[in-house]
Amino acid sequence: MSTTKVMSNNSISGGGARQTDLPVLLPIAAQSRQAALIERREGTYRLNMQPRHLFWVAAIFIFTSLAAQAAAQPGLISPIQAMLKWAPFILWGPEGQLTGFALNLIISFFAMILGTVAGAALGLMQVSLLLPVRQGSWIVTQFFRNSPWLVLLFTIMLLVPFEIDLGFVVIPIPDWIKAVIGFSLPVMANISEVVRGAVISLPSGQWESAESLAFTRRQTMWMIILPQCIKRMIPPWINWYCILAMATPLCSIMGVEESVTFTAQALNAEGDRPELIPIFYSFLLVIHFIYTYPIARWSIQLEKKFAVKT
Amino acid sequence: MEYFANFFQEFYDSTGWNFVIFYEQYEYDRFLEGMWVSIKLIFASLIFSLVVGFVGAWAQGAKSKIVRYGIAGYIQLFRNTPPFVQILFFYFVLGNLVPTYDAGGYQAGYIESFGWAVISLGFFAGAFNVEIFRSGIEAVPESTREAAEALGYTRLMSYIHVIFPLAFRVCLPALNNNLVNLLKTTTLAYGIAVPEMMYTANQIWSDNVNVPEMMIVLFIFYVGLVAVLVYGMHKWEKNMKIPGYG
Amino acid sequence: MSDIASNGGSAWTSDQPMVSIKDVHKSFGDLEVLKGVSMDIMKGECICIIGPSGSGKSTLIRCVNALNDIQQGSILVEGLEVNDPDLDKLELRKKVGMVFQQYNLFPHKTAIENIMMAPIHVLKKDEKEVEELARQLVKKVRLEGKENSYPGELSGGQQQRVAIARSLAMTPDVMLFDEVTAALDPETVKEVLVTIQDLAEEGMTCILVTHEMGFAREVANHIYFTDRGVIVEHGTPATFFDDAKDPRTKEFLSQIL
Repeated sequence: MSTTKVMSNNSISGGGARQTDLPVLLPIAAQSRQAALIERREGTYRLNMQPRHLFWVAAIFIFTSLAAQAAAQPGLISPIQAMLKWAPFILWGPEGQLTGFALNLIISFFAMILGTVAGAALGLMQVSLLLPVRQGSWIVTQFFRNSPWLVLLFTIMLLVPFEIDLGFVVIPIPDWIKAVIGFSLPVMANISEVVRGAVISLPSGQWESAESLAFTRRQTMWMIILPQCIKRMIPPWINWYCILAMATPLCSIMGVEESVTFTAQALNAEGDRPELIPIFYSFLLVIHFIYTYPIARWSIQLEKKFAVKT
Repeated sequence: MEYFANFFQEFYDSTGWNFVIFYEQYEYDRFLEGMWVSIKLIFASLIFSLVVGFVGAWAQGAKSKIVRYGIAGYIQLFRNTPPFVQILFFYFVLGNLVPTYDAGGYQAGYIESFGWAVISLGFFAGAFNVEIFRSGIEAVPESTREAAEALGYTRLMSYIHVIFPLAFRVCLPALNNNLVNLLKTTTLAYGIAVPEMMYTANQIWSDNVNVPEMMIVLFIFYVGLVAVLVYGMHKWEKNMKIPGYG
Repeated sequence: MSDIASNGGSAWTSDQPMVSIKDVHKSFGDLEVLKGVSMDIMKGECICIIGPSGSGKSTLIRCVNALNDIQQGSILVEGLEVNDPDLDKLELRKKVGMVFQQYNLFPHKTAIENIMMAPIHVLKKDEKEVEELARQLVKKVRLEGKENSYPGELSGGQQQRVAIARSLAMTPDVMLFDEVTAALDPETVKEVLVTIQDLAEEGMTCILVTHEMGFAREVANHIYFTDRGVIVEHGTPATFFDDAKDPRTKEFLSQIL
């Protein structure tokens, strides 16, 4: 379903027979309702980063830097110098490891891959013809969709053992892998809904014509339905990646050595001086934003490109 | 109640599943306290977000360009940054700026972690509410307002009887989405040591070493609450439906 | 419909015009839409204002109901000066009822609730009385059986008739109709016009802005033709349609008849 479809002036929002010939509420009402239902199906709001946001984030950062610099005390390292000193540590951790912000990104990659694969499978199960499969996958999807991310993260991090002893080999499971699993669960559930929504949004004519050409259900799904759905699924999928990338700092609560943890450590090392706090946290804001911004913009571009054709 | 407690005691004895909160008074009280803080947090941030949304939507119609751009900037900032970082920012950065008072031996700020959580979450959800309320108000056609005016309604009365009921029905689906989102986001308050459910559960399982059981209880609470909310939402939306309007 | 002379403002008697518009000028910013319009409407008369779009007809009757303010001139409704900055708008709206072209029913209330709302909330009348009156009005506009339908379930013509009933519920002395049939399709236009005709025949003072020439010819006591903010010509239907004097009038009539 194209989100750019505008309801005509004299009709009521889709579905149901048109009863009245005078408009009941302005088209914006129908659009607003449509947008809310799409948001409900996709599982979250769409980020709508604009070029001017880059400007504002930069402005906030520069402002806090200058303000902090102005409050600098002689004799102690100035805020800007402190930030420059600690930036590499926050971005990629100590030498020889790939932690800090880099770990945020690694976690987001793997969680997204895992979540996408599992979510796609779950989504297809939700449109299965077998009732138990449909119901079971629906329950799983709703359960993980409606759980707070932090609770899921906690559960995985505390309950998954820190190593698996297979007898002949012992596999250690480091913290960040647990975080990957923890994040992939809600992503899986939401991708499942995105897939399901995309599949059911295709007009039934597609299924009918495939059936009349004697395609099996599996062939229909893989050769006709899914290729058309891919385009519709990509913008929400990218949106979920951005949301996920921005949510990875949550695992700092569990002690995973990523950017927020290291920021706190850096502040600690500098003696918890209050004038350093704004500049360090706005640095965090900036790096997260700079990473997410191009991806979100690309998603908007893709959506425009796809919308024209549908 | 006694029977309940006994049941769980026996359950523990026979299976090893330790739902200590149900049979030990101390843990039960602690847990209830945490649940109560969670509920207060949800309510307070919800109400604050509604107020923010209401004021913001009204301010977006202001004549001053500065005010309008300011509101727009606020919305974009809170939409496009992670709520966890927002909470940390409010607590650590703004928390430092708040004056403190002597709370018997240590310096306590006038706004504590609970307050900052409410403020941060309220502004986060409020940013979405501003857009939602705005679209609701704009969805009511000018001629409906005029018709109310032509019937003799004063501005205030036409708002109460005509414009607000209509705008509200337009807002409702989006408002409900936001509410469910807010509910799930309140768990982030854990990160600034607000003694809500997760924090208390943490304390309980540290004492009793029953992580899986507490997790199950947590899940039942949150998922159950969200499920109840979603169900209630659907019923409410169905109730509010205007026939002929989709 | 109300037969009693009002007591608002200066005392008004029924030998004076019910609505008296004197030299009204109205501008929207720099654009002057009404350039000195005057007309007198006696009680019980049915007036039609016709003219090309942009001639200011809708603006004029909206000024009568104080939905737009005027820069110059005076409008007296039963002795009440509309141009007065201290005007009690509620008093005015009790005397003047208005029906609009575009959507006007409140979609979240049923038809009968729409009719009953204003008398209860604005006039503070007793609910039972109002319900009685509302049911009579529903019968009058020939919509029995549709009392409990929502506007979304009614056709355009039905909605307009409910709108007429709603304005009548305030027991006004003057009814203003602003191109009420322009948004309807031909079959439903007739049902609305029949309702208005009934009203006019019962003695309600009506001012209509309309394109329906057939209706104007049959029902109106007086017709005014406006073009570019002034009244070009006016007369009884007979003189107006058959014996128009001004060339602009003739040109307009030749285009539409």
